[in-house]
Amino acid sequence: MDLTVGPVQFFWSAERWSAFYDDLAQAPVDRLVLGELVCSKRLPFFQDRIPDAIATLTDAGKEVALTSLALVTLKRERKATGALAEMGIPIEVNDLTALAHLPEGMPFWVGPLVNVYNEGTISWLAGRGATRICLPPELPLDSVARLARTGADLGVAIEVWGHGRLPLAISGRCYHARMHGRTKDNCQFACEDDPDGLDVKTLDGQPFLAMNGVQTLSDTHACAAYQADALADAGVSALRLSPQSSGFDALCRLYRQLLDGHLSGDQLVEAIGRDETGARLSDGFLTGARGVDWSGKAMSG
Amino acid sequence: MVMEIVCPAGTPASLRAAVTAGAHTIYCGFADETNARNFPGLNFQRDEMRAGIAFAHDHGAKVLVAINTFPRAGDEALWHRAVADAESCGADAAILADLGLLDHAARHHPGLRRHLSVQAAASNADALNFYADTFGVKRVVLPRVLSVPEIAAINAETEVETEVFVYGGLCVMAEGRCSLSSYATGRSPNMNGVCSPASHVEYHDQGGVLDAKLGGYIIHRVGKDEPAPYPTLCKGCFSAGEKTTHLFEDPVSLNAEQLIPQLQKAGVTALKIEGRQRSRSYVAQVVRNFRAAVDALEAGRPMPEGMLARLSEGQAMTTGAYKKTWR
Repeated sequence: MDLTVGPVQFFWSAERWSAFYDDLAQAPVDRLVLGELVCSKRLPFFQDRIPDAIATLTDAGKEVALTSLALVTLKRERKATGALAEMGIPIEVNDLTALAHLPEGMPFWVGPLVNVYNEGTISWLAGRGATRICLPPELPLDSVARLARTGADLGVAIEVWGHGRLPLAISGRCYHARMHGRTKDNCQFACEDDPDGLDVKTLDGQPFLAMNGVQTLSDTHACAAYQADALADAGVSALRLSPQSSGFDALCRLYRQLLDGHLSGDQLVEAIGRDETGARLSDGFLTGARGVDWSGKAMSG
Repeated sequence: MVMEIVCPAGTPASLRAAVTAGAHTIYCGFADETNARNFPGLNFQRDEMRAGIAFAHDHGAKVLVAINTFPRAGDEALWHRAVADAESCGADAAILADLGLLDHAARHHPGLRRHLSVQAAASNADALNFYADTFGVKRVVLPRVLSVPEIAAINAETEVETEVFVYGGLCVMAEGRCSLSSYATGRSPNMNGVCSPASHVEYHDQGGVLDAKLGGYIIHRVGKDEPAPYPTLCKGCFSAGEKTTHLFEDPVSLNAEQLIPQLQKAGVTALKIEGRQRSRSYVAQVVRNFRAAVDALEAGRPMPEGMLARLSEGQAMTTGAYKKTWR
């Protein structure tokens, strides 16, 4: 298996954004998806930096694609989605609106926010030009294995969510703005203060979710340390790592070592625990009763 | 033309009650995982569906069959059979969400009209036209993330009919794109046709304080004598930063009755009522009121006011995303 870096889900400053991809040029990852996934209001702040990042990463031998926006409602969002097809690199479709703008037969990738739950959907997408599909994180290992086989038969690379806070929901409403008593149109970019999302806890202080503007994520970081072998055996071709504001470069190296057999699942999890005190991990969507469940030992901290 | 009232039926008795109360159209599902209201004791066996459709047709009403979950890998045959049976039972349309299933239905059941479920969350004219051009979809149920002017703009750019929710449970997240429920309980709308399932609800009395939990997480905490809302995940009370409040949405339900004239001007074809899990008397009453409203509108009479206040049982109501400030 190889490694794909998904799009940054959070609102980072342009400087942080550029520095992040400069660092990743040297990281042992095979491909990256750039661009704005969550909120179209963020894009103008770093849009002009995208071409440089694409050049840096492709010069370093990485494959690069651009994500479409996850929820497209406004006219300017539709226009921006249409314009993606003209950038000359693959598009990762994260809302079918993007597909409406792609010329028939043009190859594309499919991101984890498109509902790909079964063989019929993969076949249809493959017929339309999909060459790579990152499955929705909600899918259990049984389904993943079946879909990886279908993908292999059709020449579509199948990717699985490997690490990072899980994208659980997208809304028309901005929760950061709502929390500050504002509306989405007058949000004043409240989400910029939370480069990994804002922790949402229950009334008894139990960590539960994370808010990120119009997006809701899991509190836990999904971690496929213990499923990597099974996923590889099933024919999954890549793990997706989702950007976080610190230690991401090191995380990429750890996962590369895992896939190369230089680290065991336990060793990877221990290393993550050393780097991120109190990290809460989950792998329940793949193998547990609930998404939040974790098959490993409880983490200290 | 008078706006079409599309009404839920969880049981054959509800279907008959809704038809008798004046619903133009009923939507319902088979008693399995193929529909997004897969609750115990709800929905239709095949013979019940056939009889229900015959009853509706005899009374001039239509029946739409919701097959709007996402087929499980390896088990697509169950969903394919549901589409075939909807057609052979005489359904007026199937309501579908999954790309693979839409493709299957378009190829194998071209004579069965296809509607796009809200679970597909098609949220702009490009997406609607894509589904129409690709799969011959004739009507789209719009996600609850759009304002009335946005709905009008969509209708100006598409030939596809639009149907919008006007009453009942309110999804805060884009439908079909939410796995909050399976994160906390392992059961999700997309895969299992359930959200915040009752099987995972617990109430804990902590000395005068009642906690309503879902999957072990406290969703609501109320005093002993306060009403305890059902712990629907996205309408819970949580803490973030300095705030402790209903961060996503208050425990409200949707009521867009006042917006019916605007929705008609926006080019909407059909008004949808949520609630296949509701009783037949509830369904009949909601239908009567909405039918009276659209008939009044058509005849140029003033709309009846506050007609559904009694049914909401004191629960707070919202017009949701139809007003832009909701965002």
